[in-house]
Amino acid sequence: MMSSHIELYRTMYLIRRFEEQALAEFSTGKLVGTTHAYIGQEANAVGVISNLKSEDVVWSNHRCHGHFLAYGGEPAALAAELMGKSTGIVGGRGGSQHIHWKNFFSNGIQGGIVPNAAGMALSSKIDGRGSISAVFIGDGTLGQGVVYETMNIAALWQLPILFVVENNHFAQTTPVEMAIAGSIVGRFEGFGINATELFTSDVLEILPVAEQVIGKIRSTGCPAAIILNTHRFMAHSKGDDTRDKEMVKKLRQKYDPLQIHGLRLDTADKEPCEAEVNQLIDAAFFHANSADLPSLNGRPA
Amino acid sequence: MTKTVTTVLESLNEGLRTAMRKDPNVILLGEDILDPYGGAFKVTKGCSTEFPERVFTTPISEAAMLGIANGLAMSGKRPVVEIMFGDFITLAMDQILNHASKFHWMYNESVDVPLVVRTPMGGRRGYGPTHSQSLEKHFLGIPGLTVIAPNSVIDAGDLLGTAILESTGPILFVEHKLLYTSSIAKIGQGDWVDFSLEVDGAKYPTATLGFSGVTKHHCTIATYGYNLELAKKAAVELAYNDEIFCEIIVLSQLSPFDLAAIEASLKKTKKLVTIEEAGLTLGWGSEVIAQACEGQPDLLVKRVAAIDLPIGNSKALEDVILPSEQKIVQSIREMLKLN
Repeated sequence: MMSSHIELYRTMYLIRRFEEQALAEFSTGKLVGTTHAYIGQEANAVGVISNLKSEDVVWSNHRCHGHFLAYGGEPAALAAELMGKSTGIVGGRGGSQHIHWKNFFSNGIQGGIVPNAAGMALSSKIDGRGSISAVFIGDGTLGQGVVYETMNIAALWQLPILFVVENNHFAQTTPVEMAIAGSIVGRFEGFGINATELFTSDVLEILPVAEQVIGKIRSTGCPAAIILNTHRFMAHSKGDDTRDKEMVKKLRQKYDPLQIHGLRLDTADKEPCEAEVNQLIDAAFFHANSADLPSLNGRPA
Repeated sequence: MTKTVTTVLESLNEGLRTAMRKDPNVILLGEDILDPYGGAFKVTKGCSTEFPERVFTTPISEAAMLGIANGLAMSGKRPVVEIMFGDFITLAMDQILNHASKFHWMYNESVDVPLVVRTPMGGRRGYGPTHSQSLEKHFLGIPGLTVIAPNSVIDAGDLLGTAILESTGPILFVEHKLLYTSSIAKIGQGDWVDFSLEVDGAKYPTATLGFSGVTKHHCTIATYGYNLELAKKAAVELAYNDEIFCEIIVLSQLSPFDLAAIEASLKKTKKLVTIEEAGLTLGWGSEVIAQACEGQPDLLVKRVAAIDLPIGNSKALEDVILPSEQKIVQSIREMLKLN
């Protein structure tokens, strides 16, 4: 099911605006703790998740807001979760990195989600349900052993799982050149898992490739990987960006997925779309801010 | 049942196979669990022959195995994972602590993770520092995780079957290696000729073992798993040599746990000895004693446990490091100032 140009733009713009607002709310003191902004990577979530069906499973990581919103999650519930409110996705218990809604899950431990996604793929295979698992990891996560344990088993047992590696080239402050020997594609191919690598932030290039790869997982039942070379325009979390500011500026000029796809739209379509999303984000954070705080429901201390 | 079950191993095997027969969602994962080998300690023997499509032998990948089991448990299955030696469970610790145990609460009670992790723990087989430990102490007190340990007086197979078929959250099921060959207790006969048994109605019951016909017990022994066998021998020696009668409380559910049976016994004895095979410091016994003393501050207490060292390979070292019948007897005599 291909989405229209304006729909794709709207979801990416929604993610962008949500993340910008979340970062802004830290300075107002309404958000505490930490967050990991997806700004710059929006085309990945939208390009991949637009191809999934409601019975498919998505496992995400610390940088999960973009995946959640592309999955169809409510911005108001996510904003409330970030603010630690009872109306949050999981009632304020999980916060930014630990959410569950429908078949969407995220957790804040690097790599641990990968076998969880594989387990759900195995369950689907045993029952012949035909659904697949998609798991989003980053270049930094490729340092974790459990990822390779799972690749091996997924290939041995022919599990319907899509590994999505978003290589944003920096694990917090560590450049990928200091963390990954060999090639990322080679790591999958070593296990006999077909891997497709893209160097683009154009959602219209990611979408059809993801459609093809996911279609192949559905038809063969075998695992596959998509490696998306991407760039984040903000810090890893907050205040921990050691990259050269000029370099980041240049990346943004060249690779901004909203700029790239936005050029395809008429102003008459784009402006009302942006206005609607701006209103939605304002309302989401407003309602989240006025919601009740959670409690332990009278449980004794 | 065609064959008479006489050992705890046979009971566990029967319990596992019965659970698989009752619920097609029960899936086994583990290393070397396929027949004809049937697992390093044979608890899974016969399972892959009877249910070939539901038994998955895995590579040596404990973390992925547990992670996959978590995913299965969250999508309608009841996975049972065998960790070949309890010592290897550290390789799966992240999946137990940061995944399985947290998901239910962290996701606002919107998911269940009905998972059983079975593993043999314990020493006395000369396997050395990385194949002899009792690591369950590191899993006690983890929110969301239940820790169960079978023993010879409560039906181990039933206990395992209940854990597999009725759990709503992750369970660590700790089987002491020497328990496998231990005979199922026949109370009032053989080694147990002097004892009477009371079992509470809990899902994972606590048993109280007293000397039949004795109206006054002098001391309460709290223990679990295989160490009940040592406690029993020590209690018999103290009864015959010192005329000191111990009431033994054996817990099946270690965490979270119910102090009621221990408290009831302590109201009569006011003396508590805990016995465990893990290292003494910051262990199970420490917590049991702390909770008991919070309720009854006038207790005499003593912990019997291993010396805080890795477990030596040599039998001579194992014997010195691990608790023994004699150490228990000695500790109780010291506590009661009988020396």
